[in-house]
Amino acid sequence: MGAWSVISGYGSMFPDRLPPPRPSPARGRGGQRSDTVLILRRLAGALPSIVGVIVVTFLLTRALPGDPAAYFAGPAATQQAIEEIRHKLGLDRSLPAQFVDYLGRLAHGDLGTSLTTGQPVSDDLLTRLPASAELTLLGLLLSVAVAVPLGIAAAARPGSWVDHLCRVVSTAGVSLPTFFTGLLLVYVFYYLAGLAPAPLGRLDIFSSAPPQWTGFYLIDSLIAGDLETFRAALAQIALPAATLAIFSLAPLARMTRASMLAALGSDFVRTARASGLTRRRIVYVYAFRNAVLPVITTLGMVFSFLLGANVLVEKVFAWPGVGSYAIEALIASDYAPVQGFVLAMALLYVLLNLVIDLVYGLVDPRVGVEA
Amino acid sequence: MSAAAVATTGALRQARYVLGENRVTGFAFAMLLFLVLCAALGPSLVPYDPLASDTANALKPPSGAHWFGTDQLGRDLLSRVVVATRLDLGIAVASVALAFGAGTLMGIAAGYFGGWIDRAVGRVVDTIMAFPLFVLAMGIVAALGNNVANIVYATAIINLPIYARVARAEANVRRDAGFVEAARLCGNGEGRILLAQILPNILPIMMVQISLTLGYAILNAAGLSFIGLGVRPPTPEWGIMVAEGASFIISGEWWVALFPGLWLMAAVFCFNLMGDGLRDIVDPRRRT
Amino acid sequence: MSGDAAAAVPLLTVDGLSVEFRTRSGTVKALDRISFDLRRGEMLAMVGESGSGKSVTAYAVMGILDEAARVAGGRIVFGGLDLLRAGEKTLAEMRGRELAMIFQNPRAALNPIRPVGAQIADVLRRHGNVAAAQASGRAVEMLAKVGIPDPERRARAYPFELSGGMCQRVMIAMALACEPALLIADEPTTGLDVTTQAVIMDLIGGLAAAQEMATLLITHDLGLAAETCDRIAVMHAGHVVEVAPTADLLAHPRHPYTAKLIAATPGRRSTRLDDLAAIPGALPDLRRSELPACRYSARCERCTEDCAAPPLPQMAFADGHHVVACRHPL
Repeated sequence: MGAWSVISGYGSMFPDRLPPPRPSPARGRGGQRSDTVLILRRLAGALPSIVGVIVVTFLLTRALPGDPAAYFAGPAATQQAIEEIRHKLGLDRSLPAQFVDYLGRLAHGDLGTSLTTGQPVSDDLLTRLPASAELTLLGLLLSVAVAVPLGIAAAARPGSWVDHLCRVVSTAGVSLPTFFTGLLLVYVFYYLAGLAPAPLGRLDIFSSAPPQWTGFYLIDSLIAGDLETFRAALAQIALPAATLAIFSLAPLARMTRASMLAALGSDFVRTARASGLTRRRIVYVYAFRNAVLPVITTLGMVFSFLLGANVLVEKVFAWPGVGSYAIEALIASDYAPVQGFVLAMALLYVLLNLVIDLVYGLVDPRVGVEA
Repeated sequence: MSAAAVATTGALRQARYVLGENRVTGFAFAMLLFLVLCAALGPSLVPYDPLASDTANALKPPSGAHWFGTDQLGRDLLSRVVVATRLDLGIAVASVALAFGAGTLMGIAAGYFGGWIDRAVGRVVDTIMAFPLFVLAMGIVAALGNNVANIVYATAIINLPIYARVARAEANVRRDAGFVEAARLCGNGEGRILLAQILPNILPIMMVQISLTLGYAILNAAGLSFIGLGVRPPTPEWGIMVAEGASFIISGEWWVALFPGLWLMAAVFCFNLMGDGLRDIVDPRRRT
Repeated sequence: MSGDAAAAVPLLTVDGLSVEFRTRSGTVKALDRISFDLRRGEMLAMVGESGSGKSVTAYAVMGILDEAARVAGGRIVFGGLDLLRAGEKTLAEMRGRELAMIFQNPRAALNPIRPVGAQIADVLRRHGNVAAAQASGRAVEMLAKVGIPDPERRARAYPFELSGGMCQRVMIAMALACEPALLIADEPTTGLDVTTQAVIMDLIGGLAAAQEMATLLITHDLGLAAETCDRIAVMHAGHVVEVAPTADLLAHPRHPYTAKLIAATPGRRSTRLDDLAAIPGALPDLRRSELPACRYSARCERCTEDCAAPPLPQMAFADGHHVVACRHPL
């Protein structure tokens, strides 16, 4: 499909109609679907995006008004320091040569050095990534766990209170500013109700981090059998994850409901009813499995928003992830971490979309037929 | 009557009908008018100077004298929130105008001409959408410099793909429509057809997008200023006001963050409702 | 065509059935006191224009009417049981087992992401007291029975991999898997090419004869009905206007609408557009609260003043085998 087969595949900002089916590679003869071909084709399809991302981040650092060397040297640098940085980073060479340099550095995982921490940016990012990942994944999990059943129930009982609730959630949810929701939750659950702990990061001052296996405190503490730490980590992550969940609830609930409505009104569900299949089977095996396809596609868009909302939530809850790392760097005019952050998040996003595409391709047998 | 005039009067008549019929859309429209009034007349009508600090009166809860209370420097929050409307709406409108202008032109060219234009525009749009949008906005502002103009540019860039896609799809559909053929037969050049025939014809659909993305643009701008980009204190702006109020909400002074946040929510909500209502006018098939 | 109808008591009796739809622009009286019956082993066609209520009748019998529909009166007696008074649980048990239905546009009527064999197996497991392991085997048997070549492989195929005709065979396999007593076929061959049409109708006819199954064929194609069915019921605007054995109906139509319908059906000799005799007028707006007793009266040349006054008469001819709803039959 070419240039317009965008990896996220959504039409309007908050899709309420079913997106077009995702593009597909050719099937083998005799209807055999070659999974390896599928994966390779998808990887190849993601390459232009990766190239685009790298080029854009390069341009953002090098080709814009102002003196890039001054950015990297920091606000407190002397003229001599700036010149040193300029030479060290090759900023005095031609643009194409700089680009080759940049690619070379990227290949070695060199994203520059942070002025504030003094560490290589890639090291900083890797250290802080698990915190953000744990938060985002938990938020997404919560969101799906609420939005999908809500959407199914709303579609199965049109006009009921569940349906109205779903519609209110979908319309109101997209209006909520993430940072404000987070603050409200803190006010209600910490200040007023005293149920949640102070928003001071991943653990309270009494607990210490469990031995590192995955970097996810929830998982690591369970592996270590340390229930106290688990409880503490869970208490700290509850509100920020809920904030993220509320944010991504709206598009997911909306899409699930719309998609389920379409499936329940479809010809094949009518056939299933005429065959006397049980309601359970009709709703879950026939309707839902078809309805889930556009929801998987919506996940791509949801991730785009989540990766951005992550930054805001990390600021509100003082969460030591990559988002707050970037914010601190921004405030300190420390330039390299910000660029590293943007590049890392973009590449992660491309990867996530690839995974979503693959999952979709595995779930929908129609993908794999030449369009 | 030209195609544009016919399209506009038709749309206006329909708009008036639907606004009357559907109370929710009417309500959203009323709220929108209120916000525009705040933006236009707010600074002249507010009771206090939004920048005037009065430390003796710092952190006072809402009262008769200060409906929204005061912030940590004793400034009246109501005045600040109302005055901030102008800045926030201004940023949103400017960025959406840019995104709409550039995106629509790119999109209709891509949809109408196809070929290399389509591929080129597609690459640009794909590249922008390969980034998580808020993160890209952060990167752009960080690269270009930390000021309001760059917030506008960054927000415009990340909203551009939506317009490009919708415009492309609509132009593609209309490429071989009757009225386009007729214009071609009259000897109109391709460019003229694009601007005088296709563009006015797709305007109603683009209006829906504009309303929806205005809400998103406000959220985006507020988010960027929340993390310290763009607008600096003491300028009143909803995002930084919430940021300033964040530290106080934990100690119980809820009004400093709440009122700017609620106002922000109301504005976004109103644009979203308008967008939904407009969508019902323009394309009833898409009603949820 | 199947042989003579056997049992004295009809398998299906629709008596005075009325169905309404609530819509934004008013209540549509889609069916108004329609009555007909169907015996074991016979094939009855319901013929009429689009919007005459044929499909609504079928859906009412199966009990799968839309949410907006309301049965306003009448009975549907199937094997001694009034389907309209039966609970949803009973109906769900019967659907797919005692009564089955096949639809127009077969590819869309099958689950697109489920192999066709599994879909047939679903029906078998639900109704046939068949264990999961045996269900797939039986499904393959059914596919063979409806004439699908290489049924083992085809059972694993998805609907999009099959042609329209094959999809319709799959639907027939699903419907007939539990040997129902009644099959309702809603425009089963519309959209298929002529050769496939004939083959599908032959298949249905053959299977029906073998199982002594009654068939209700819904179609707008009078020619198709004439070729395949024992009796024909003509519908117009929610009324059954005439019911008669096929030969009798075609030779001696008694309702003016039927006559026009026969005249409008392209025969072998019609070569020009002028040869097609269109029926003047259109279906009446069924949302009106004051509809005349005979809904054809606006389009009818034989209409008089008393045609509008209720009740709609039922006249019987040929020992009650030929029924007409008209004050001035031909």
